[in-house]
Amino acid sequence: MQIAVVDLGVGNLRSVKQAVVTVAPEADVILTSDANSLLQADKIVLPGQGAIGTWFHELKERGLGDALTQCLTEKPLLGICVGMQAMFDYCEEDGGQSGLGLFKGSVKHFSHFHTNNKHASNDRMSKGVPESGVRLSTQKERLKIPQMGWNQVFQIHEHPLWSGIDDNAYFYFVHSFCANTAPNSDLGVVYGCANYGHKFIAAVGRDNVFAVQFHPEKSHKNGLKLLKNFTDWNGHV
Amino acid sequence: MPLAKRIIPCLDVDNGRVVKGVNFVGIRDAGDPVEVAKRYNDQGADEITFLDITATSDNRDTILHVVEEVASEVFIPLTVGGGVRELTDVRRLLNAGADKISVNSTAVFNPEFIQQASSHFGSQCIVVAIDAKQTHFVEKGDAADCWQIFTHGGRKETGIDAIEWAEKMADYGAGEILLTSMDGDGTKAGYDLKLTRAITRAVNIPVIASGGVGNLEHLVDGVKLGGADAVLAASIFHFGEYTVQQAKQAMRAAGIDVRLDRD
Repeated sequence: MQIAVVDLGVGNLRSVKQAVVTVAPEADVILTSDANSLLQADKIVLPGQGAIGTWFHELKERGLGDALTQCLTEKPLLGICVGMQAMFDYCEEDGGQSGLGLFKGSVKHFSHFHTNNKHASNDRMSKGVPESGVRLSTQKERLKIPQMGWNQVFQIHEHPLWSGIDDNAYFYFVHSFCANTAPNSDLGVVYGCANYGHKFIAAVGRDNVFAVQFHPEKSHKNGLKLLKNFTDWNGHV
Repeated sequence: MPLAKRIIPCLDVDNGRVVKGVNFVGIRDAGDPVEVAKRYNDQGADEITFLDITATSDNRDTILHVVEEVASEVFIPLTVGGGVRELTDVRRLLNAGADKISVNSTAVFNPEFIQQASSHFGSQCIVVAIDAKQTHFVEKGDAADCWQIFTHGGRKETGIDAIEWAEKMADYGAGEILLTSMDGDGTKAGYDLKLTRAITRAVNIPVIASGGVGNLEHLVDGVKLGGADAVLAASIFHFGEYTVQQAKQAMRAAGIDVRLDRD
């Protein structure tokens, strides 16, 4: 079995590849930015980190758009972080970026959803706040952006990739943008959500595609289990 | 739902070995970094931080090999700091498998470096490390709690106010602050909670409390009283006094959200 990790030159690809190798030592895991390699591989991992505009630019530069579109319809494919966000219709990052349109809805900045944080950053900007004047309880309410850390994912529907993973298990997230619109049932299913000020999509899928907002390659046992489930998956729900 | 508070074991690495000093001096060997990192990973650490304290630049590449080796076996976030001077240093460490890069002295000499690094690689991977020590600033009067920051592993004072510095670094794009109390470091007397509280109130990015942990109650205090998002400790884990798992159980017992997966 050959698993291709798409190399767009951004993000920590080495960790993604190494994690897949660890759970599937018998598989041939390649890092590639070659269209033919994607078409020939049995499975695709589509990682992403950083700005989505750069991500799409690199995809185009490497001439991978058509090959990826074809893979999205025909073989098991796992999207990670920006690799997931790119599958929605639209992302508001970088002045607006059209997505691959596999899932309905827009990807928006966290601050779009909670006004609390706006106040918090205003607090920070206004100098001379008396030290004793701020209670720690208010501090706790503050949501820092990016969301960076371990959050719990509640599983909304069963899926082969959740196999052996507890409901409400912790995964590692690093992101400032998120999707929170529920795709229609024929245009994707939300498989997992998490809360960070509001509910957002942590895992979404459609036929042979499964995509996660968190980083399984950095999520210890739960992340490795999900990757193992992916390497075992036949692409059917 | 708030994020789980993180427990971060810290490995000071000198010439490829884990060491631990008291008040920034007095070095004691604590083992092979790859073995130590794997042990903490197995115990459920949320993240691991490596600080390269190797003095000579000839041996700088040693840390890259350590990171490469750890990153191929440990699948949690890794932060690496020490000797980061240029964007190429950041790139090399990220390529080796680091997720976040911690910058200290370079940020003080060249604050724009933080702007450049965060816009180039993203705020999420740029940590500013602040070594602070309680100080008396004449112009601020006797009553004020003040701390100034130090560079070069705590050897050089700067005259810069720690709170103002933290605010500036957050504005410049730092994604996180690793705050070490030099008064506390290695003493096992607990975090400087006043300092921690002052910084966590001042900025809207995560703050990691560091310096002085001697028991599990200190970790609890760092979060509950200091307002820290993550707590870092070295010697209580290195010399086997406590496991990360025990630390998490103590934090959970104190009502703090931590990541404790089913055993």
